Amino acid sequence: MHPILGQPRRLVPYLLGWIPLAGMLVYLLAVPGGLTWTEAIALGVPLCLLYAFMCLSAWYSCRGTSLEHTGALQLALTHLLAAAIVSGFWILCAKALAHLLSKFPAFQGLDPRLSKNLPLLFGTGILLYLLAVAFFYVLLAAQQSQEAKEREMKAGVLARDAELRALKAQVNPHFLFNSLNSISALTSSDPAKAREMCVLLGDFLRRTLGLGEKAAIPLEEELSLIRSFLAVEKVRFGARIQMQENIDKDALDVFVPPLLLQPLVENAVVHGISNLVEGGWIKLDISSQDGSLSIAVENSFDPDSPPRPRGGVGLANVRQRLATRHGNLASFEVKAEGDRYRVAITMPAEREARAS
Amino acid sequence: MTQPAEKKIRAVIVDDEELARQVLREFVTAHPEIEIAAECANGFEAVKSVTELKPDLVFLDVQMPKLDGFEVLELIGTGAAVVFVTAHDNYAIRAFEVHAVDYLLKPFGADRFEAALARAKARLAGAIPGPASLNAPPAPSPAELAAAARPPAQYLDRIPVRDGTRVFIIPVAKLDYAEAQDDYVALCSEGKKHLKQQTISSLEAALDPSRFLRVHRSFIVNLERVVRIEPYGKDSHVAVLPNGTQLPVSRAGYARLREFLDR
Repeated sequence: MHPILGQPRRLVPYLLGWIPLAGMLVYLLAVPGGLTWTEAIALGVPLCLLYAFMCLSAWYSCRGTSLEHTGALQLALTHLLAAAIVSGFWILCAKALAHLLSKFPAFQGLDPRLSKNLPLLFGTGILLYLLAVAFFYVLLAAQQSQEAKEREMKAGVLARDAELRALKAQVNPHFLFNSLNSISALTSSDPAKAREMCVLLGDFLRRTLGLGEKAAIPLEEELSLIRSFLAVEKVRFGARIQMQENIDKDALDVFVPPLLLQPLVENAVVHGISNLVEGGWIKLDISSQDGSLSIAVENSFDPDSPPRPRGGVGLANVRQRLATRHGNLASFEVKAEGDRYRVAITMPAEREARAS
Repeated sequence: MTQPAEKKIRAVIVDDEELARQVLREFVTAHPEIEIAAECANGFEAVKSVTELKPDLVFLDVQMPKLDGFEVLELIGTGAAVVFVTAHDNYAIRAFEVHAVDYLLKPFGADRFEAALARAKARLAGAIPGPASLNAPPAPSPAELAAAARPPAQYLDRIPVRDGTRVFIIPVAKLDYAEAQDDYVALCSEGKKHLKQQTISSLEAALDPSRFLRVHRSFIVNLERVVRIEPYGKDSHVAVLPNGTQLPVSRAGYARLREFLDR
């Protein structure tokens, strides 16, 4: 969109900017040009107003030939040619105006006297046009830097957003409340077990606290986080949780974003196990080969169970974090088949920590 | 009205976690006037126990296998004083809309439990009006209360119905049509009819209007099941279902149906 024609409130300051130029043109026509002051004003002011609009066309040629991507010669040729055409058209208009004015008795003989000045007018036209070109390049640069700033800000907001969501996802408050309720039950019936549960819960919370700042942790660390999460949940659900692990030793030192798998296991408990009267199983398969890491979290669930809130939030978070970190190199698949639910992830196996 | 001294308050505890039941059991046993009639670990058991035992007081978890707490309440009616017990605070408004006596947030202490119990006793003594004691206008049925308490813009995706102590879950995709029968609606699904105490209007409001249409004062039909519409008599129509069932379509219903089909 044209920066001045597209926004009418910019047109006024633009035209005001042309007032000194109009003054200059009048002076040129009167002093070196030998016209009377009345004639110079009658010609110069309308011509200048006309040229102010004609120079707006410089924007299109400026936008078409960006300073970074165009050679100096092409740049000079393009703008000089455009200047010559616009200025040529302008002096034709000047001639027509002079012809019109010479019909009035006050301006008799203006036409031939202007004709002497046409080369001067043509040169001025070219200079003014080039001035407009410079002006639009400055405007373009300002616009681009503004856009860049906005993009940067947007990216920053997105990154902070993701971080916040990741932090929120860390500890599900209901997990905490339910665990505290279990401890409350155990304090009278089995104080030793209550203390054990406090220790387990403390252990899990301490592990999650430090993780927010890290971009990646070894898989082994994530697995021990999951185990300490499940240790707490096993006190709550007792024999209802069956955990099977099938983990490739090679994969243990691969780096993964922290809390990548814990939300998946938590989902398996919240949406799977806790809806099954007789309990259910969670299966964790991890293997690493040819520089890629494959992870599958599978669990049993009751397809007829009432839907629970918070579904999908954890999954969306994991998917998004994988995408931000690895783009197309990572895949994330969710499949519900009969009474089993499976989330499969493949991603590049990074052996060294790197900033995301 | 006060309880006779020897008549105990009979309570049922419903929670899928053993430890959560244990907390309630411990607090309840401190009160000799309360007797634990049953403990249930899921929604189906809860419906069965409450229907058979007719307790005075039910402690009800919200998130459970099979049926959630609100579905259980919908099926057991409002005869008993219900105290919801959950770790989620976001169901509180819904809970009071279905006339729960109180809403205990886990973990809770003895003080909070006593307060809930006091409210429950007051309800049982008739001091706090429950839906059963609202004489005029007539008490809305539990299903209607549940419908009113549903979060807006969220339609039912399953309908629990009770037949004696047994519970059936009808996914709305398998519901062919519903027919009003006095105070009940008959839900027809896979060739069977299930009766539920609810008005047809509140059922209509709970179903997705892009999938279900009220074609008659007494009928709601699943639009996917309508094979064709035939004229019937002078200016009325019938909707024909795949098994040949013909449902009457009123003039207004026909207009709505046309509007939907023309879209």
